[in-house]
Amino acid sequence: MASIDMKNIVKKYGDGFPAVNDVSLDIADGEFMILVGPSGCGKSTLLRMIVGLEDITSGDMVIGGKRVNDLAPRDRNLSMVFQNYALYPHMTVYENIAFPLRLSKTPDDEVRRRVTEASDVLELKEHLERKPANLSGGQRQRVAMGRAIVRQAEAFLFDEPLSNLDAKLRGQMRTEISRLQRRLGITTVYVTHDQTEAMTLGDRVCVLRKGKIQQVASPRELYEQPVNLFVAGFIGSPPMNFLPATPEGNRLKTPFGDVELDEKRAEAVAGHDLLLVGIRPEYFEDASLVDEAKRPLGSVFRARVDVTEWLGDSQYAYIPYEAPESIQSQMRELSKELDSEELRTQAIVSIDATSRIREGREAEFWLDSRKVHVFDPESGDNLTRDAEAGAELTRLASQDRVEQLEESQGRAGTSQQTGGATAASA
Amino acid sequence: MSTRKKVLWGVGSALIIVYCLFPIAWIVSVSLKAPSDLSNESFLPSEVTWQNYELILTGGASDLFLPALRNSFGICLIATAISCLLAMFAAYAIARLDFPGKKLILSTALAVAIFPVISIVTPLFNLWRNIGLYDTWPGLIIPYLSLTLPISIWTMSAFFREIPWEMEQAAQVDGATTWQAFRRVIVPLAAPGVFTTAIIAFFIAWNDFIYGISLTSTEAARPVPAALGLFTGASQFEEPTGAISAAAVIVTIPVVVLVLLFQRRIVAGLTNGAVKG
Repeated sequence: MASIDMKNIVKKYGDGFPAVNDVSLDIADGEFMILVGPSGCGKSTLLRMIVGLEDITSGDMVIGGKRVNDLAPRDRNLSMVFQNYALYPHMTVYENIAFPLRLSKTPDDEVRRRVTEASDVLELKEHLERKPANLSGGQRQRVAMGRAIVRQAEAFLFDEPLSNLDAKLRGQMRTEISRLQRRLGITTVYVTHDQTEAMTLGDRVCVLRKGKIQQVASPRELYEQPVNLFVAGFIGSPPMNFLPATPEGNRLKTPFGDVELDEKRAEAVAGHDLLLVGIRPEYFEDASLVDEAKRPLGSVFRARVDVTEWLGDSQYAYIPYEAPESIQSQMRELSKELDSEELRTQAIVSIDATSRIREGREAEFWLDSRKVHVFDPESGDNLTRDAEAGAELTRLASQDRVEQLEESQGRAGTSQQTGGATAASA
Repeated sequence: MSTRKKVLWGVGSALIIVYCLFPIAWIVSVSLKAPSDLSNESFLPSEVTWQNYELILTGGASDLFLPALRNSFGICLIATAISCLLAMFAAYAIARLDFPGKKLILSTALAVAIFPVISIVTPLFNLWRNIGLYDTWPGLIIPYLSLTLPISIWTMSAFFREIPWEMEQAAQVDGATTWQAFRRVIVPLAAPGVFTTAIIAFFIAWNDFIYGISLTSTEAARPVPAALGLFTGASQFEEPTGAISAAAVIVTIPVVVLVLLFQRRIVAGLTNGAVKG
């Protein structure tokens, strides 16, 4: 196990295009780091540079205190799970898992012991003699993981490992990976474009855009204190709404009425003519269902609802609004970058599932103004980000991680003493 | 399928099979005829005789035929082995590596393949005599490589291209050297392709006549197709048709056996180029 330190990593292709541009990232020993971003942001390239399948144009890649820039993949002792698993079709599951051990000339009985151990953890025991072609997608995925965990690697690297599975299996494998990582306590770098995976798996998440790091923080900090428009728009589903606003003293004039800011935030946004207010869907509510006590903390406005979506446990309403041309083109560009296709300017609003608000009618909404963020439309910077609160969130998350690690490893230790039967199910 | 359709298919298949196998049946039939029976104006011999086979295997023609058979086997197998090995490396490089002149190699290979053999035989004959390769095994193996290598490189690079890159990268991450990844992952996956290529290469070498007749003069290196051309009848008034037919049948046997042995491999190779991980 080892930490991975990247210093000013740059990857330029033949045409001079920087796929990864000046990335510096420290991944602690035993940490689960997620690299996330829209397609083409350089996350996979970065991962492949860590493992050594891609040359590093400049910068230092340090794994476990050793600079590995010029080492071949096999000398870096990392294990990787590929997107299409890359199982060897001519070998049985057993030989697939044993392959790294065979290459290192491990004695046969040691190979058998380690493969059996790995296949127990991944519940592959009854499939060991089969060929990968006869396995289901989930089983192949587990074989690929088996090949990764069978040897004592310095770190695990995952390249979108779940993107070929159906939704249900993906959920199961996600928890499986999380459990495995906690149990083995091994440094893990995980590339994904799926934000559910990013939010649930990662100790810290690194958001990349066009080869540059935007923000590295715990999922909670990313969600509550994003540094800029891009991170705010990328994290969260449905995404954050961005409304054009003009400041007037302590208030912001938006298409959905005035939003009142506290003094600290009002000060931060002073001096701009045009702003973007970022409001998460869940900061809205059907005004008729809001507690009297909570009501004064936000503002109330009336708007016509275009479409509603009732999902049983929650309900979304779509409210169109008018935006100035400059803002509209900005939003279009942002949504293009985020791989989404936003055709009209509309706010997505989460309301209570019991709400009787109906499509095509005017309704009264309540907007919680305490947590809104204000962005500079020119630079995209978050003007109201509370760096201290954000850092606190990440600090709490890393504390949790240490506790979880201790707990799961302690538990694995005791259960091994008592027979190991619970280890696989734990 | 309805009965009518089945019958039609059956008749159609039978027609094609007869059309394809008729020349072979004819050769077999001629090889079983006695010299006096050759012009009996019927397809079947009036009396089945093994004397043609006796003639080439143990009789007067055996000192022409048997060494030629040995030469053909040896030269073709060696040429096939060398060309497969070389083509494997070349095809791997063409499929995997990015180097200048890749297109040039492929088009040169194609150019060599379509270059008329007859036009280089005369200069080659002179050259071989001068450097002492005339009438030797290497003297035939080298030109045979020029026949078999281009097609081998082309077919094998098609096979190598179908093998996902990730396989090899996974092997490298698992701790394999480039050579280990090639030998333990790529070659087994390309096996159907290698078999197909080997068989095609063997046929090309086995069937060659021009090099065989021009670059050899004795039984030291003369291959079967050339030897067949040199058969003579018992007297100058007699055609050696029966003996040639018998030799042709014997020469066909290894080819048929090869194809039957590797039938499944070849079919897998020809149709299953898309090795999906």
